[in-house]
Amino acid sequence: MPFAFLSPASAVYLGVPARLVFLLIPLAGAAVFIHMMIRRVRPLLAAAPDPRFGDVPARLWLVLKLWLAQWRQPRYFVAGALHILLFFAFLVLGLRSTQLVFLGFMETFTLPGFGGELGACYNVAKDYAATVCLLSVVLLAWRRGVVKPERYKVPAALGKDHTGEALLVLGLIGTLLVSESLFEACGLAAAPGEGAWAGTLAWAFRHLLAGCPGGFLGHLGVAAYAVHDLTFFYFLCLLPRGKHFHVITSLFNVFFMRLEPGHVKPVRHDVRDADLDKLETFGVKKLEDFTWKHLLDFYSCADCGRCSDQCPANRVKRPLSPRFITIKGRGHLFERYPLAGPQATGPAPLVGGIYSEDEIWSCTTCGACEEECPIGIEYIDKIVDLRRGLVEEGRVPPSLQKPLSSIEKRGNPWGKLEKKRADWIAGVGDGLKVKTADAGDAAPDLYFVDSMTSYDDRMQKIAQATARILGRAGVDFLILGKAEKDSGHEVRRYGEEMLFQSLRDENTQAILDCAPSRIVASDPHAYNALKHDYELGVPVTHVSELIQAGLRSGKLRPKPVADPTRVYTYHDPCYLGRHNGLYEAPREAIDAIPGLKRVEMAGACRDRSLCCGGGGLNLFYEPEEAQRMGVLRVAQAAQAGANVIVTACPFCLTNMEDAIKVAGLEGRMEAVDLCELVDGHLQA
Amino acid sequence: MATKVFALIAHNAGQPDDSALELLAGARTLFPGCAPVALVAGSGPDVAAAAGAAAAAFGEAWSFDQAQLAYPNAELLRPLLVKALPPGAVVLLPHSTLGMDLGPGLSVKLGVPYLPDVVGCQASEGDTLTVVRQEYTGQVSTHVQAQAGQGAVLTVRSGAFAPAGAGSAPGRVLDKSAEAEGLQARRRFLGVVAAQAGDVDITREDVLVSVGRGIGEQENVALVEELAEAMGAAVACSRPIVDAKWLDKSRQVGTSGLTVKPKVYLALGISGAFQHVGGIKGSPFLVAVNKNPKAPIFQVASVGIVADLMELLPELTTQIQKAK
Amino acid sequence: MEILVCVKRVPDATENEISVGPGGTDISREDLVYAVNEWDNYAVEEAIQIVDRVGGNVTVVALGDSEAEEVVRREMAMGAGQGLMLVDDAFRGADGLGVATILEAAARKGAYDLILTGAQADDGAAQVGGMLAALLDWPYASLVNKIEGEAGTLRIGRELEGGTQELSEIDLPCVLSIQTGINEPRYVGIRGIRKVASVEIPVLDAAALGLAAGAVGGAAAKARRLDYFIPAAGAGAEMLTGSTRELASQLVDLLKLKGGLH
Repeated sequence: MPFAFLSPASAVYLGVPARLVFLLIPLAGAAVFIHMMIRRVRPLLAAAPDPRFGDVPARLWLVLKLWLAQWRQPRYFVAGALHILLFFAFLVLGLRSTQLVFLGFMETFTLPGFGGELGACYNVAKDYAATVCLLSVVLLAWRRGVVKPERYKVPAALGKDHTGEALLVLGLIGTLLVSESLFEACGLAAAPGEGAWAGTLAWAFRHLLAGCPGGFLGHLGVAAYAVHDLTFFYFLCLLPRGKHFHVITSLFNVFFMRLEPGHVKPVRHDVRDADLDKLETFGVKKLEDFTWKHLLDFYSCADCGRCSDQCPANRVKRPLSPRFITIKGRGHLFERYPLAGPQATGPAPLVGGIYSEDEIWSCTTCGACEEECPIGIEYIDKIVDLRRGLVEEGRVPPSLQKPLSSIEKRGNPWGKLEKKRADWIAGVGDGLKVKTADAGDAAPDLYFVDSMTSYDDRMQKIAQATARILGRAGVDFLILGKAEKDSGHEVRRYGEEMLFQSLRDENTQAILDCAPSRIVASDPHAYNALKHDYELGVPVTHVSELIQAGLRSGKLRPKPVADPTRVYTYHDPCYLGRHNGLYEAPREAIDAIPGLKRVEMAGACRDRSLCCGGGGLNLFYEPEEAQRMGVLRVAQAAQAGANVIVTACPFCLTNMEDAIKVAGLEGRMEAVDLCELVDGHLQA
Repeated sequence: MATKVFALIAHNAGQPDDSALELLAGARTLFPGCAPVALVAGSGPDVAAAAGAAAAAFGEAWSFDQAQLAYPNAELLRPLLVKALPPGAVVLLPHSTLGMDLGPGLSVKLGVPYLPDVVGCQASEGDTLTVVRQEYTGQVSTHVQAQAGQGAVLTVRSGAFAPAGAGSAPGRVLDKSAEAEGLQARRRFLGVVAAQAGDVDITREDVLVSVGRGIGEQENVALVEELAEAMGAAVACSRPIVDAKWLDKSRQVGTSGLTVKPKVYLALGISGAFQHVGGIKGSPFLVAVNKNPKAPIFQVASVGIVADLMELLPELTTQIQKAK
Repeated sequence: MEILVCVKRVPDATENEISVGPGGTDISREDLVYAVNEWDNYAVEEAIQIVDRVGGNVTVVALGDSEAEEVVRREMAMGAGQGLMLVDDAFRGADGLGVATILEAAARKGAYDLILTGAQADDGAAQVGGMLAALLDWPYASLVNKIEGEAGTLRIGRELEGGTQELSEIDLPCVLSIQTGINEPRYVGIRGIRKVASVEIPVLDAAALGLAAGAVGGAAAKARRLDYFIPAAGAGAEMLTGSTRELASQLVDLLKLKGGLH
């Protein structure tokens, strides 16, 4: 006898119409969910302001690229591919799930616009999506439960392992998929002649169920439906409680993410520099001092561990793991602002509470974490804000107090005399007399040398090489000389904002007094500071770009490499590469030297470049670490088959040269600066 | 000048320590032909022994044997000296932690000028004393003058004067223990805590043997340690050695390490980069040994040797051990 | 506890190259940066920590002119509650005893339980603390690297040669001179300094302190500095030559002479 499929909406059990139950479940589920969302939004309203509502087209583009197209996921290929499948399946199945909710109390329901052709296509898509999704879920569960990749591990001190939660959620997703397909299959099996799409889960169930009595199918279908309904709303209400909140918040997190790297947020977005003195407190000391976007970051973390996997501080076993900055932050946030019950009151300082001082000082601000995060979580601003809070309380490591004091008094971290800042120009040679502002010279270009390159005996060679290159390239430039003070790049990133501002203001005055039309820097930290931290209104360029231009125009003519047997590799400095996107100009400069053999450090170059250990104040900080970052980097260079590391940053060069000694590779590995290399290979 | 010159003698286990003969030499330089008196305070038979030895060198010693004085407490010694010394006395103290504790207050209680941390002097002219001091961690020297008509208190830096030759005659010991009765101290000694073994504070060391990358392998650091031990010096190092974890961070000299102000500094296999040299203050006698004749260290060293450390160190250690 | 900490503004020990000025009567003051004497900074930090523990007040006092005020302000930015400046032309050229006498007068105007100074300053004399104690007739301890206790009696540690620590009990009120390393002084940022930029710092002159003009200035100094000079030194390293044995032998002799062998 023909059997009409028993729609869940029309079923009656024990005298109770099922539709009532299936109406109640969504209503209750939605109510709980809304309550939870309100609770979750509250702390964002209590947090510091953050203006992220402008530049909408750029933001939409990021959403399309990072969120929809999952652009960063494939950087970890297997997990990434699986996640992409899961994500798209979610998007597709979301529609079906919505429809299903209504089918609980309406005999028939199609989403608006999904009748007809579109609906038919969608039906195909969704069944395949569900099947693929289940496959992904199984593989993901296997990864979490069996393979257990290193980056998911939770150190004992930081709480229990997260695998359980991951498997629970995968299990819930699997249940949703299976129950939906089963429900679909029951309906199809009850209507003879209706087939399911070959190879899908529904199809598999359909075959299993072929020949089952209609009554049975009907009840099975209602049961499957019920399981789906309950699981769906349970899952929905589970989302705001853990790492799967990202399912909801990731879209927003990406929309509101940082548009440009290299910047540091102001102390407070709603306070101008001139009014900073009036602030009661600086920096982030408690949770509510974070901006709402930073709290949203805490919500959005998917616990994928990619940030920590790429973090150089984490790799050398400093106490810092970016992932746990977020996870601990989230835990603290959930505790202070629970879903039920009153908000916590009472003081809860972050550093000394969930974070340790060493943890916060360990960061070199290299940006690898932010580059990697598929959801756009930011770290550098948080670390800088936490440091601002520490500086205000005087809790600065002794090893940093001296260089900070020296910068304040002498304008450089070694406390050397101001009048010796331009002494390096004596060694330039090449018939070139470097113009200085002290001497009252003028020129359209200003070479901002910064402290390391000016004072360090070894790095002065970079300044000299740069000067010679600029001369050859026909660039008419001057340097500030005595009037130049440390750019303050690390001073700012180490939280001493007011000292940075005083340096910035003095340097800005000195620079504008020279009225240059362009500023050149060889030090990427100075470059970044002038470009992003200062507001000069004058274009800032890195010397590698000038070299590139000089090579292209023919002004700089390279001669064959001195030793063709050597193998060169280029190390991308953090503040040239990741923070400023300058990857190609230095490579072009190196490759322009005829006969020079260059290799890349595969998987660890460009935006995956491993930080050398850090510049500026990082040179002075003494962390607890298993080894120096530079040593890891030099090992990577050796592994790539190189015996010369070319860098374009004086700090990278120092760290590389030190690392070569420590690693015992003297004689087998050499480090050289880009300007030195180019300068040494220019035709007369 | 009828000034009586006195020197406070530190002693251990019945023997005056090295500073005694240095103070004697200092006294004689300041007041040629004077007969300085050694002051020996303490408790028990060691005091007599030390006083005897001091008297043999100085000619005369005053001993103060009192239970309270068992441990040298400046807060007790000060009122004791004020009581026991004749008016117009010139007192020499070593510029030690005891001298620094005792001297300034003593000069006030005696109402006389105070000349601390003297590194050299001329013979006095009448009542006028002229001494050499250093300021700014030894970067500059000064001549300082005082009128010692009513007396004076001086503290003398260790090594400022070569120890005087000891006399041969037994010398006279006056027992002034009675003066030490009834002393009240508002600071009472409780005990000492020895510095932890291996816990060397190189910033307080006078002689440092410092090793850099030129030493080559980690096992060669032992050669440096042997040399340091033979010299009675402490081992220090430059940053790469600490990075390589061959020595503890507490041994690192440099701008990102510790600042040291020794009298003698051996820089072995150290290139002389500013990051290291910047941690050495006070213009010590700096001996640099390096394979590279162009190493910048030779510009700041007092004495330089271009040699292979592997050959020089063992030879040097052997010769020093023989010299002791 | 009411604590008075005496601080001095000195050329920063590490940021400067000190040389003799023209005329040899002073060091060259060109290009010098000044800071609070490092030992005094440790003393202020210690005082702040004591007061955090047992309650009370920290007053930072300095002799000098308007420039010396900057170090008092910096120490207040660090956390000292009050500042005090002792300024008078009559104080110019004071020797150690003169400085101690001026500080004694200031100390007697307050009711302090504890006075801290740094163990030494730029001239390495390490004298003012001890002299101040003697003038006040208070007990004294120098090179203090530990302070415990609160009222009546303190337990202190002194740093002796070789890193040994001498433990003692000392009655209050007393004067202690503080050795570096007793604590880790907190950082004072620009912002902290700006916060105290307009706080009132009282100034006392000789009359307010009850000191006769001429009692403590250069004319009254008992120890008089005649000049500054650099002892003759060779240029660059004297390079030794010879066989390994000869080199070692020459070196042993030099080390003996220079006090390198213990």
